[in-house]
Amino acid sequence: MTMPDTQTAAPTRANLPMAKALNAGLRQAMLSDPKVLMMGEDIGPLGGVFRVTEGLHAEFGEKRVLDTPLAESGIIGTAIGLAMRGYRPVCEIQFDGFVFPGFDQITSQLARMRNRHEGGVTMPVVVRIPYGGHIGSIEHHQESPEAYFAHTPGLRVVSPSNPHDAYWMMQEAIASNDPVIFFEPKSRYWPKGEVDFTAAGTPLHASRVVRSGTSVTVVGHGAMVSVLLQAAELAAAEGISLEVIDLRSISPIDYAPILDSVAKTGHLVVAQEAAGFVSVGSEIAATVTERAFYSLEAPVLRVSGFDTPFPPAAVETHFLPSPDRVLEAVDRSLAY
Amino acid sequence: MPVTSNDASVRTLASPTVQLLATDGSFAPSESAAEFLPYFERLTEADYRKFYRDMVVVRKFDTEAANLQRQGQLALWVPSHGQEAAQVGSAYATRAQDHVFPSYREHVVGMIRGLDMVDILRMLRGVTLGGWTPEEHGNFHLYTLVLASQTLHATGYAMGMQLDGSTATGNPETDQAVIVYYGDGASSQGDANEALVFAASYQTPQVFFMQNNHWAISVPVSRQSRSPLYLRAGGFGMPGIQVDGNDVLASYAVTAKAMDDARAGHGPSLIEALTYRVGAHTTADDPTKYRDPEELAYWVARDPIVRFRSYLEGLGVEQEFLDSVDEEAADYAADVRRRALDITGPDRAVIFDNVYAEPHPLVVEQKNWLDAYEASFDGSES
Repeated sequence: MTMPDTQTAAPTRANLPMAKALNAGLRQAMLSDPKVLMMGEDIGPLGGVFRVTEGLHAEFGEKRVLDTPLAESGIIGTAIGLAMRGYRPVCEIQFDGFVFPGFDQITSQLARMRNRHEGGVTMPVVVRIPYGGHIGSIEHHQESPEAYFAHTPGLRVVSPSNPHDAYWMMQEAIASNDPVIFFEPKSRYWPKGEVDFTAAGTPLHASRVVRSGTSVTVVGHGAMVSVLLQAAELAAAEGISLEVIDLRSISPIDYAPILDSVAKTGHLVVAQEAAGFVSVGSEIAATVTERAFYSLEAPVLRVSGFDTPFPPAAVETHFLPSPDRVLEAVDRSLAY
Repeated sequence: MPVTSNDASVRTLASPTVQLLATDGSFAPSESAAEFLPYFERLTEADYRKFYRDMVVVRKFDTEAANLQRQGQLALWVPSHGQEAAQVGSAYATRAQDHVFPSYREHVVGMIRGLDMVDILRMLRGVTLGGWTPEEHGNFHLYTLVLASQTLHATGYAMGMQLDGSTATGNPETDQAVIVYYGDGASSQGDANEALVFAASYQTPQVFFMQNNHWAISVPVSRQSRSPLYLRAGGFGMPGIQVDGNDVLASYAVTAKAMDDARAGHGPSLIEALTYRVGAHTTADDPTKYRDPEELAYWVARDPIVRFRSYLEGLGVEQEFLDSVDEEAADYAADVRRRALDITGPDRAVIFDNVYAEPHPLVVEQKNWLDAYEASFDGSES
């Protein structure tokens, strides 16, 4: 793989916040392929409300970094036309709760265009969605709508949990010939982590064990991974060994590491910020029950947001799964 | 006029509407037609004959397709009866290098762009969700069944033409543009309005060709708009013009100018073609439940084919030609019927094979499962 900057001798590693790692990944993709375009609201000179596209407008110009009119269906719908024309648009949706004006174009058009054309067109479109809570914001700014998209055939859905994965998964998503809904855990935009610019290490759609353990397997994606790692630290102090799996990809789900882990632990807890009813966690619970029934010593348990709208930020800590909420489920699992 | 009095689009039919042929087929350009006369003058009698032939052929095709549906051979049919002039005129205004994004009633536009209309029947017979490869059929894109979705795809495609420098170079032989078809009902959709915003903002090489056929299934255009629809263009910052969509020559001339302007880099424009859906919305519809028979009679008297035939007769086109077109249309329809009945369904692999470009484990697993499941019945009857 190439270095992040082919012009100068760049370092092979850097300690970056995820927002900067995503920015570097986008820049690398734009350098690698002139057909890659950025589209979205406020992504030009401002660099996006989270500054993920910062500097790209200045470097690549307004023909490659398009500040669009304020219309999400328009962004996705025109990106489809551009993809038909051979471009690889990367669309920024400003916040999770603002994707729904573009939902019809994503689910009825983007996801099905290849199938409708019997393979005659490809739709290499990435839709970037900053998502999730923990930022104390107002309504429509803290949601986790990933299940809607995972439920839609034709889409791929991924979410990195750390800067290294963010850098590489963004480039892999842009290189994919299928539409990818790329969920960026906005509460993880700012914490720094090491990015290795020389190798991704893990394929786009692979899940990965990020902490080994023996008592209970805990699975999550995006910002939930750091919650699970905190829970594992707390559990370790009590002599309970959690194996933490970072899902990374929500469609498809890579079950092999989960099934291997459950074969070892016999216990599985799935955690997510989204409401639990008809959720990614529900799907994992059902599938692991089907495939690893005789390994399980307890039912698969879900730790989720409640089945309510995301609440006012003042009470979000009661709503969002915390390390303690995860450990409560771990205790229930071990009590079987 | 029997059309409801608050039907603004019809109320304004008299003055600004571009018309070259009067209802009786006489050549009587409206004052508003002056700037389009040079485009009309490009046409030769050979072009007139093509226009006439295609209108008659698609009328016959349309009848045959409706019959096929009635006989259980198609799941649904979407008639274009009454809209032939708007469609034929606008289609001939496109050039080979242009791209056409239809809604789902533009059968003859497809034919003119090189599509075998039997391919349209394949989708309506339920053997495919698409039916053809646009690049191999005159850049005539697939039908889109969610109203107005294609307006955004067309605008994005036109943005791509700009980005790769395929338009506005000053060479009319190679400069490209997009035409997108939609209707009075779709004009109320958010996507149609967002497409106009994006097109105006980026000054795309694009024509929005809106056929106002006066009915969105059972709802009249007066429910969609209180003002003539072409006037909306001004609010988006682009030219808008209303044309008599039952006048094939005016439909051609107005669209030819708009497409030339688009290819030359003068940006997008909107054409409202006033026409009428003489038939039902689809074969699942019953317009007698909501439509005044007087209104239908008013429009039948303005039939686009009858009008153009009168014009041709006035020019002295021989009866043998007109008769030969009727024969050709009948033969075409009979051939379509034969070939429609021969359409076979796809293999069940079509369920899975093109959902993703790169293998998706869940879909691969389900395809294998279905194969094994269905194979489990082989030879098990005894």
